[in-house]
Amino acid sequence: MNNTAAVTSEVNRVIRFFWEELKPRGKWLTPFNVISIPTIIVGLIILYFRFVYGLGSVTNLSQDFPWGLWIGFDVVTGVAFAGGSYVITFVVYVMRIDKYHSIVRVTVLNGLLAYIFYAGALVLDLGRPWHIINPIIGNSFGYNSVLFLVSWHFLLYMIAMAVEFSPVVAEWAQLEKVRKVLAALTLGAVIFGITLSILHQSGLGALFLMAKPKIHPLWYSEFIPIMFFVSSIYAGLSMIIFEGTISHKVFKDLIGGQNHHQYEDIVLGLGKGAAITMFVYYFFQALIFIHEQRWQLITDVWGYWYLVEVIGFVLVPCFMFAYAVRHRNLGIIKVASVMALIGIVLNRLNVSVIAFRWYAVDKYYPSWEEYVVTLMVVFTEIWVFRWIVTRMPVFRKT
Amino acid sequence: MLVDTTRCIGCRSCEVACSVANGNFVPDVKEDNALEKVRDTTDKQFTVVNQFHTKKGDVFVKRQCMHCWQPACVAACLVNAMFKTKEGPVTWNGDKCMGCRFCMVSCPFDIPKAEYHSWNPRIMKCTMCYERLQEGKKPACVEACPTDTLMFGSKRELMEVARHRVYSHPDKYVHQIYGEHEAGGTGWLYLSAVPFDQIGFRTDLGTTPYPEYTKQFLVSVPLVLFGVPALLLGLSELADRKKEIHEYHEWTKPGADK
Repeated sequence: MNNTAAVTSEVNRVIRFFWEELKPRGKWLTPFNVISIPTIIVGLIILYFRFVYGLGSVTNLSQDFPWGLWIGFDVVTGVAFAGGSYVITFVVYVMRIDKYHSIVRVTVLNGLLAYIFYAGALVLDLGRPWHIINPIIGNSFGYNSVLFLVSWHFLLYMIAMAVEFSPVVAEWAQLEKVRKVLAALTLGAVIFGITLSILHQSGLGALFLMAKPKIHPLWYSEFIPIMFFVSSIYAGLSMIIFEGTISHKVFKDLIGGQNHHQYEDIVLGLGKGAAITMFVYYFFQALIFIHEQRWQLITDVWGYWYLVEVIGFVLVPCFMFAYAVRHRNLGIIKVASVMALIGIVLNRLNVSVIAFRWYAVDKYYPSWEEYVVTLMVVFTEIWVFRWIVTRMPVFRKT
Repeated sequence: MLVDTTRCIGCRSCEVACSVANGNFVPDVKEDNALEKVRDTTDKQFTVVNQFHTKKGDVFVKRQCMHCWQPACVAACLVNAMFKTKEGPVTWNGDKCMGCRFCMVSCPFDIPKAEYHSWNPRIMKCTMCYERLQEGKKPACVEACPTDTLMFGSKRELMEVARHRVYSHPDKYVHQIYGEHEAGGTGWLYLSAVPFDQIGFRTDLGTTPYPEYTKQFLVSVPLVLFGVPALLLGLSELADRKKEIHEYHEWTKPGADK
């Protein structure tokens, strides 16, 4: 009898606690809110038209360009940006390097939200989203499809990341016993998550293997999957540096000043990792370039565009990272991380949209509606991120 | 199916018959002057006839789904909505399709078309009149063709017919049967008097079946799925710093080496 009463009162406490925490806190009229709230409202209106009158009513997608900004940026690029989560969990839980322990929680949270929102943006692009359960429930398994693999891995990886992050939620709700159980699952979830990440990061590249005659030969090679995987490592590392820089300004009170020296060391370590992986990536690009004898391809506009991407936004930031690490210069690291991220955007968009059907007369340019919905997705993610970090013990333990 | 482009007179009866059979937009063949420009199939018209001005005069070419032997769209489809029937036609199942349009990205002939202006878009393409075939009839376009440009049959029979025509009229035809090997071989075969790149065909598609391009990747998936966790678990045990320090102290304890 007593036991039941205790459980009921505990459940009541948790429910009341969640209800209290749901209420907004802090100032309303911040610059971010002023920009993001109208964007989200307009985005929702656009989505209404999209679901009632079809994709064609708000996007510039065509029979020649079936995938546009929503796939090329939101999904393909967004998932690469979220790569930091598997890299950091590998370093901390598998290699057991404690130095990076303090950024695990925020990185995993970022990864989880990125997958929920950016991979979730896929649903907006599906013509018949209510059939999205078909590959999951088993009435129609397309085993031979790369997309089948990618979709399963998205789902499983989201679960793995949720498990990785769940101890934080339990800690926040003060459920000590639950936290212990969940924390015991972490290593398993991490190893599972890394494996899934290797496969679906490369799988996103493998999606384009069958589009061989449609992608400009400078961006197509049979190694796209490996290139996508390797670049997701430094994309993730650069994103951690970039997000960390912003978080340290915006959430100064939450993070506190005493960790600053430690944080500097972390950024330098991440920069070093980014420099090395970028160099490996660049080296591989160069090998493919020489092996496929692409010399004659770089003499036109597409060639220059390719050089801008590979030299300007891979090799240059790579050396900037290396230089900055050597001279302990955080400023240059931050600039390099932004450049590396731009390089990733260029690469992913080139493969999926820009150099896709490069010979087409009517090229695809995203409509303003597509941009607004993309911004809406990003802003909504930031809203949720902010809600969580201001409530749960993400930046430090309670 | 065999298409002998030297016989086509551009009457577009096949376009009309196709649209009627599939309940699509029926073109006004006499009035619309559609042959003036090169058209693509659309979500409302599964086949179109195009006119090309060549050295050997005007050539008319019918376009539609090629019904590949190993279709890229079928390999792309994660829900088996695109389906290669055992009779040959590639069909689409709306109860399964989730509208991802990966088939459109993958198809080397750019055939599947989406209905962008519908809340419930279908993927539209020629199904070689699969339902008519089930009833023992021929595809609508074949029955409508007045000049025997189109010939229906198994690929083996049609290859013989096609080769026979090329061999017996070596001056009339180019010595290539488009579809014999292109993209791993297609269910539709074409004969032509002029090189195929002059009449709107892509000749750079290669002879590899398109699903082969992703096979390497898919084969490596189980290797990674089982190999990597094993490696990571091992690494994690090896990298146990606390244990390492403990053991290190034991090794360096004074007198441990004696």
